[in-house]
Amino acid sequence: MKKTEISSEVQAFSTEAEAWFAENTPAYPDFMLPLTFMEVGTDQQFDFLRDWQRKVYEAGFLGAAWPKAYGGGGLSQAHQDAATAVMRKRKVPIMLNAIGLGWAGPLILDMGTEAHKQKYIKNILSAEDMWCQGFSEPEHGSDLGNAQLSAVKDGDEYVLNGSKIWTTHGHYAKYMILLARTNPSSANKYAGLSFFLAPMKIDGIETHKIRKLTGEHGFTQTFFTNARIPADGLMGAEGQGWKVAMQTLMYERNAKGGQAGGTFITENDPLEILELARMAKRGGEPVLKDPIIREKLVEFMIDAQAFRLNAARAQIPPLNQDCPQAIPLMSKLIHTEYTRRINEFALSLQGAKAGYYVGEPNAIDDGYWHRGYLNAFSATIGGGTSQIQRNIIGEHALGLPKTR
Amino acid sequence: MSQFGQIGFTEEQIDVLNGAETFCRDHAPIGTVRALITSDLGYDDKVWAQIGALGWLGIAIPETYGGLGLSLTEVVPVCEQMGRRMMASPFLSTSLAAQALIVGGTLAQKSKILPQIAQGKAASLALSERNQAWDLTRCDVQARRTQGGYVLTGTKTLVLDLEAAEWIIVSANLDQKACLFIVEKEQILETAMRREILIDETKRGWEWVLDGTEITEEACLDKSKMDAAFKHIHLTATLLFAAELTGGAQACIDYTVEYLNTRKQFDKLIGSFQALKHPVVDAFVEYQKARSLLYMAAFNFYKPEQGEVATRMAFVQADKTLSFAADRSIQFHGGFGFTYDCDAHLYRRRAIFNTSQYGDRHYHKTKLADLLL
Ligand SMILES: Cc1cc2nc3c(=O)[nH]c(=O)nc-3n(C[C@H](O)[C@H](O)[C@H](O)COP(=O)(O)OP(=O)(O)OC[C@H]3O[C@@H](n4cnc5c(N)ncnc54)[C@H](O)[C@@H]3O)c2cc1C
Repeated sequence: MKKTEISSEVQAFSTEAEAWFAENTPAYPDFMLPLTFMEVGTDQQFDFLRDWQRKVYEAGFLGAAWPKAYGGGGLSQAHQDAATAVMRKRKVPIMLNAIGLGWAGPLILDMGTEAHKQKYIKNILSAEDMWCQGFSEPEHGSDLGNAQLSAVKDGDEYVLNGSKIWTTHGHYAKYMILLARTNPSSANKYAGLSFFLAPMKIDGIETHKIRKLTGEHGFTQTFFTNARIPADGLMGAEGQGWKVAMQTLMYERNAKGGQAGGTFITENDPLEILELARMAKRGGEPVLKDPIIREKLVEFMIDAQAFRLNAARAQIPPLNQDCPQAIPLMSKLIHTEYTRRINEFALSLQGAKAGYYVGEPNAIDDGYWHRGYLNAFSATIGGGTSQIQRNIIGEHALGLPKTR
Repeated sequence: MSQFGQIGFTEEQIDVLNGAETFCRDHAPIGTVRALITSDLGYDDKVWAQIGALGWLGIAIPETYGGLGLSLTEVVPVCEQMGRRMMASPFLSTSLAAQALIVGGTLAQKSKILPQIAQGKAASLALSERNQAWDLTRCDVQARRTQGGYVLTGTKTLVLDLEAAEWIIVSANLDQKACLFIVEKEQILETAMRREILIDETKRGWEWVLDGTEITEEACLDKSKMDAAFKHIHLTATLLFAAELTGGAQACIDYTVEYLNTRKQFDKLIGSFQALKHPVVDAFVEYQKARSLLYMAAFNFYKPEQGEVATRMAFVQADKTLSFAADRSIQFHGGFGFTYDCDAHLYRRRAIFNTSQYGDRHYHKTKLADLLL
């Protein structure tokens, strides 16, 4: 097929998506929707988003590039990207089953068996089967390579003992991607790890909901007590768990492609704060007259402009020859810290009303900024904390010695 | 956000960037930079001649006046790379003077001077005065009409590269309004010049007593273009100083990282201590933002509103970045950081100087607030 033919097909698909989302995007419900998949806190939110994901999938705009044989659309990645772009542009509600769509699914398609693909892929797309990620442990978070949950082979099963924590969707999930220790006496900590696709709804696995700082529930601590999982869930060989885990992070950073599509995080205009600032008053005067507030707002505008431009400059090789990997490596840090700081600043624009919280009718924007600030930490902590990001940038982009 | 413009580049800009990167690296190793600090002239006239021969002074001069007919978009990488190596030369002053003429000069002035600048002759601007504080149109120096010309009275300060310049473009009040005049080298009395002591020792600045300087009618720039000329000078200087600062930030971070990778304490490389590692990473993150903003400003400089916003943003970020990077560089070199031998202070001094001349980040943020809020 010639390139122009592909793109006109993609164009048509995009137009189709535009029309479908214009018609079918649900009205905003009378409860607050989560901004990210990590924020799903109530059954109401869960049910709403699960229905929505199923509808998008059934309309053909999710998993469009995944193979038809397993429930995908059998089209090109460009098709899916076009549909995702429409979703992003229209700010439709997020796709709920993020770990399935973004991590587990691509991994299964890459290295799973035929049976895995038949069993898992379609239900990931329809949100019939929710997935979660069991990496962090109570004693080992940033030091993920030190994970200790034990997996001991017994016939055609592995027996699991230990605990995972901060498991997003742990309570709802039918399956987990799991990092466990199969060899406690390996020479280095990484070599003792293995990676599994594990069922959650079995004897010996219990999830305990954890209440987040927002007061909602979101993630769980997951306890494993002699839980037996089928050995055919092992991905790669025993001892290759770290490598496989790093591969899932590649999907996460979208460096490898292969995600099912859709958005897992609502991307807000980085400067929507200006609306708030224009309305805000202090002592009867517009806050926009306050030189300190003005300076702050300008700083945010420069930052917002800078990270937008960084992304663009990363696509211009002659303008980043000195360190081509620098911009991609730092984008999580820049983005998440910006979000945290600007939400925090938004509170200071609200005067006494900053003392309200979500649910209070007198709260500005229904407490949107309060919730935004508290939830912003999900991204500055989850997926590798900002401090760990600085280690990574220092070590990988600047060549500084490792911190131990 | 789209009103702020996109980043982009031109093929010519990349050619200039690659050329300047090599040239400045090869001709301004730190030993040379330090040797020139102690020299009278302050720069190497052989290297200056080479810069002329490379045609860089003519990059933004129209072809009709003997230049390459490109724009400041392509001058930015030169200043960036010169700033990175702290290469001393009258390049920035000359470029600014040429821009003043391009926007404010008469046809005769442009025809006479621009081709010579494009060939490598130096020029400069004399705008600063003791009471001026960044408002270029506030002058105490007076121009009085005489028969056939003007006579100037008053004193200019911080005149960069006065000794090197063939022409100096001087601001003075004429009929209560700031106006620009060209003074030629021969008209400057040696006794009227005093070299000032600058914090950035790679630069040369002068106090210049103009009293009694007589110039002809033809030495006055086009009076109808003065508003545009002052604004253009201000923004061009902001852009080019931002480029120097951004290049300097890159070098300063490299210099600091090298020390963190070699110095040991407590049997460990000090770069493994996060109290040092993380601030250096922060400086590096800010530098990457600064470079994106700089090249966006270079690309959009000539767009009416966008150009001004982009330029001021680039400056704010460049000032913030090098000021922070160099400050921490001094600290992270320990006792050695407190010595004249450590290069960290050279970067810190550069940042202080460059942010002192046409406005610092606070000033530009105030201007941005007026433009954006
Ligand atoms: C909203 C949310 C959702 C999450 N979802 C999941 C999930 O689905 N599955 C999952 O497996 N995990 C999940 N996590 C866990 C997350 O990956 C970990 O919280 C994170 O990696 C940090 O680990 P920790 O909580 O053990 O903190 P610690 O590692 O104990 O860190 C404590 C503090 O020490 C700092 N620190 C630690 N090591 C270093 C170092 N070397 N240098 C400098 N500072 C350091 C950290 O930055 C932090 O500030 C989630 C977390 C959040 C907040």
